[in-house]
Amino acid sequence: MAKTYFTEDHEWLRVEGGIATVGITDYAQEQLGDLVFVELPEIGKKLSKGDTAVVVESVKAASDVYAPVDGEITDANSSLSSDPSLVNSAATGDGWLWKMRLANEGQLEGLLDEAGYKAHIG
Amino acid sequence: MTGEDTKHLPLKDLHTAAGARFGAFAGWSMPLTYPAGVMKEHLHTREHAGLFDISHMKLFEVSGSAAAALLNRACPLDAGALDISQSKYTFFLNEAAGIIDDLIVTRLGDERFMVVANAGNAVTDEKHLRALAEDFDAKVDALDRVFLAIQGPEAWAALARAGIETGSLLFMHGIEPRQDWFMSRSGYTGEDGFEIGLPEADARNLVAKLLEDERVLWIGLAARDSLRLEAGLCLHGQDITPEIDPASAGLMWAVPKDVRASGSFIGADALRAILERGAAQKRVGLKPEGRQPVRAGAALFDADGNPAGHVTSGGFGPSAGHPVAMGYVQTALAKPGTKLFADVRGTKIPIEINPLPFTPHRYRKG
Repeated sequence: MAKTYFTEDHEWLRVEGGIATVGITDYAQEQLGDLVFVELPEIGKKLSKGDTAVVVESVKAASDVYAPVDGEITDANSSLSSDPSLVNSAATGDGWLWKMRLANEGQLEGLLDEAGYKAHIG
Repeated sequence: MTGEDTKHLPLKDLHTAAGARFGAFAGWSMPLTYPAGVMKEHLHTREHAGLFDISHMKLFEVSGSAAAALLNRACPLDAGALDISQSKYTFFLNEAAGIIDDLIVTRLGDERFMVVANAGNAVTDEKHLRALAEDFDAKVDALDRVFLAIQGPEAWAALARAGIETGSLLFMHGIEPRQDWFMSRSGYTGEDGFEIGLPEADARNLVAKLLEDERVLWIGLAARDSLRLEAGLCLHGQDITPEIDPASAGLMWAVPKDVRASGSFIGADALRAILERGAAQKRVGLKPEGRQPVRAGAALFDADGNPAGHVTSGGFGPSAGHPVAMGYVQTALAKPGTKLFADVRGTKIPIEINPLPFTPHRYRKG
């Protein structure tokens, strides 16, 4: 049974079987505007919480998306290479960014649930 | 983002009602995008008509028997040679021929001119012009106006529907169609279009009429930037600065030949010296390979890894369909087709010198 977490940096994580699928929230994609490029991570790359995992580029600016927890990249959403606008149209679905194997599941406890995130964005 | 000193547009309430997302630019809180989003706003402007609130820009009226002489001192210009209603793109230069600001000067009458200046430089420009005016029989008035731009192939038709005929007005001409109005056929998108300075009450009426027309959409600053970048137009503070001269910037077309030879404008000697020895760097268009935008500040290298220049503006061109950029490279590398590399977060992206503009200008010249 998958469980969804959120960060104060406007990311979501769907965790199932020790693997987290990570994306940005609908609120975040709205703030960024139309995306034109997503720089995807290499599979196998090990990241610590807070490292830049992905760079999303809108018409106007580039923004870092950080690893919300420690782990190793197991997959990246290659559909975004040809259609970065998937992040705008389906931020929490087909517009996911990467998957990572969690190094420390205990870190999930420090994240927000949906109600907590909604309160955070007011 | 916005501090106490942030200035707000007189029509702020209309932008809020239209769902604008605001951001800081040159000391102003400006609409960056509307709900349509930058991509649609950009394409709508190229296909139909985009309405921009550019009231952050400043209009100055320069008048008096020596108004032309004052402008000829401040700018590499022969203001007296302009026909009435003719506009000219020009600059204020410093003694080193660096560009203090780029401007459009329009002759309104025998002894009256309109100067349109950039928001970020309005205070500097006003001080500069007033200081110079002390030596001339000329007066500088900063006008309190709402300033709107309506740009795109259907701009003229939308204005006609709103009761404003533009038929005889050609590109780079400006007139005073009503009391306290200034309207020029010009813009910052590469499209046919108009810029209209007018009192706030008149502006509210005009905006209401224009927005009844489905061809007209509010367009934010984000699309204004991508439109001007595709059109190869400079943003002062990025692509041209007080450290950059018109020769390096590829803007010598704006300086008449006789003014170049014998004009007594500020910076004339420095500019002649630069032209004599040749500019060391040149402004160029840059087309990155692939989809990844290359942005302002990125360093450029030649095939051997030697420094070649830098990017001053960059982003994605919605009409071009690929990333677009401009910047400065050593003059020897400025030829279109030259292949260079841009450093983006440690990765070298192939990038090619591309002729400007990226999208053809569609001005109404006659």
